[in-house]
Amino acid sequence: MALEIKQVAMTGNEAVANAIKQINPDVIAAYPITPQTDIVQFYSTFVANGLVDTQMVTVESEHSAISATIGASAAGARAMTATSSQGLALMHELLHIASGFRLPIAMPVVNRAVSAPINIHCDHSDTMAALTTGWIQIYGENAQEAYDNMIQAVKIAEDPRVKLPVMVCYDGFITSHAVENLVLLPDEKVKEFVGEYKPTHELFDFDSPVTFGPLVLPDYFSEIKAQQAEAMLAAKEVILEVAKEFEKMSGRKYGYFEGYKLEDAERVIVVMSSTAGTAKAVVNELRAQGEKVGLLKPRVIRPFPAEEYVKALSGAKVVGVMDRAETFSTQGGQLFTELRAAFYEAPERPLMRNYIFGLGGRDTTTAEIRKVFEQLKQDQERGSVDRKVTHLDVRV
Amino acid sequence: MTLKGYKDLPEGGVITEKGNSALYKTGEWRSMRPNYYPEGCVHCLICWVFCPDSAIKVENGKMLGIDYDHCKGCGICARECPRKEKALQMVKE
Repeated sequence: MALEIKQVAMTGNEAVANAIKQINPDVIAAYPITPQTDIVQFYSTFVANGLVDTQMVTVESEHSAISATIGASAAGARAMTATSSQGLALMHELLHIASGFRLPIAMPVVNRAVSAPINIHCDHSDTMAALTTGWIQIYGENAQEAYDNMIQAVKIAEDPRVKLPVMVCYDGFITSHAVENLVLLPDEKVKEFVGEYKPTHELFDFDSPVTFGPLVLPDYFSEIKAQQAEAMLAAKEVILEVAKEFEKMSGRKYGYFEGYKLEDAERVIVVMSSTAGTAKAVVNELRAQGEKVGLLKPRVIRPFPAEEYVKALSGAKVVGVMDRAETFSTQGGQLFTELRAAFYEAPERPLMRNYIFGLGGRDTTTAEIRKVFEQLKQDQERGSVDRKVTHLDVRV
Repeated sequence: MTLKGYKDLPEGGVITEKGNSALYKTGEWRSMRPNYYPEGCVHCLICWVFCPDSAIKVENGKMLGIDYDHCKGCGICARECPRKEKALQMVKE
């Protein structure tokens, strides 16, 4: 039977709030921060209208929001919260605790620049600063992907081989607040897909009491971290399994990344999230002129599927990696350095250069993407890159 | 004691046994130990008063010896023992 398709016009945040409604978690801790706020605002109306069974806890900060979520999750509940920017930064110490406790919390993070200067618009400096916290990170290009990723994230996080928290990332305002056409799944399909949450250990299981968070000294600390690393490795497999199952239900295909006209592409842009949509338009334009250009849009960067990225880019002559956050290493953005490192053992390495772009919501239009492709072409002709790291569209 | 490998540990370092802190012998940390010489002891119990770890065993007002499972060898008992011929003397483990 064909799936009952519900075409809607929604913002990314409304779509994600609807995904969470369909998941119907036991507990949500809510604290507002732009541009995340209307996820929990939409959700509070679902709660008030009796559409969900969720216990909604309003707290006094993001530090408290993730603390309440961790507490509820350790107690055995399916628990969630959502955040952006400074909120994620304020959560930072607890992010390590959620992953260290192996709590499968799925959390939307609506990407926004971290202050200072204060700015409410999109870049990826918030989630990039959380790459080493032991959370899985999945990025979506548009409202549909944010919705789909939210549903998949729950199943990935709660898989017994994984039991790790997941950040579901998408671009602030561009995706979170723009109204798009998307397709919602029927409630019962989502319910069936995510299934019932079965915690490994729960504080509210009084027949077999457990202690979360005991002191672990040098004799065991490394072993606990090795468990987390192994779970992250297992997540690689689980992410693909869940994607396959999701495709069976929805017809929409997901993997570690999306390759767009990559097959014979000589010049490739690597860019995540909403800018990938802009880049696709330019790829189409240049392809129509016979240019061999393509796009790789990373979806999963924790775990970092290095071999798969290398394989996908192995045919390219020049790769322009676009990072929407600074690292201040002076050696380029996070995606760039990790992708370059991934190529260390590869027999054939393309030329690679880095663009730091779109900081604090600076518009990155087809004109900028076209400029990047032009520079990649010059690099290819020259046989070398003229500049390793470029701040795109920055006035001197 | 054989330490467990990471595959044999509960995930996230969760403790799944009730009251298992009793199994943790903090005396393992000790590098010096107090030796007890009962012949010189007058059972004044000053060592019991000063021991910061409740590691002096006392029954019916009599000093019985040291609980080496929990004594960390700080040496306060030996220092405070008022006898000229100390009934508690520190030796290397």
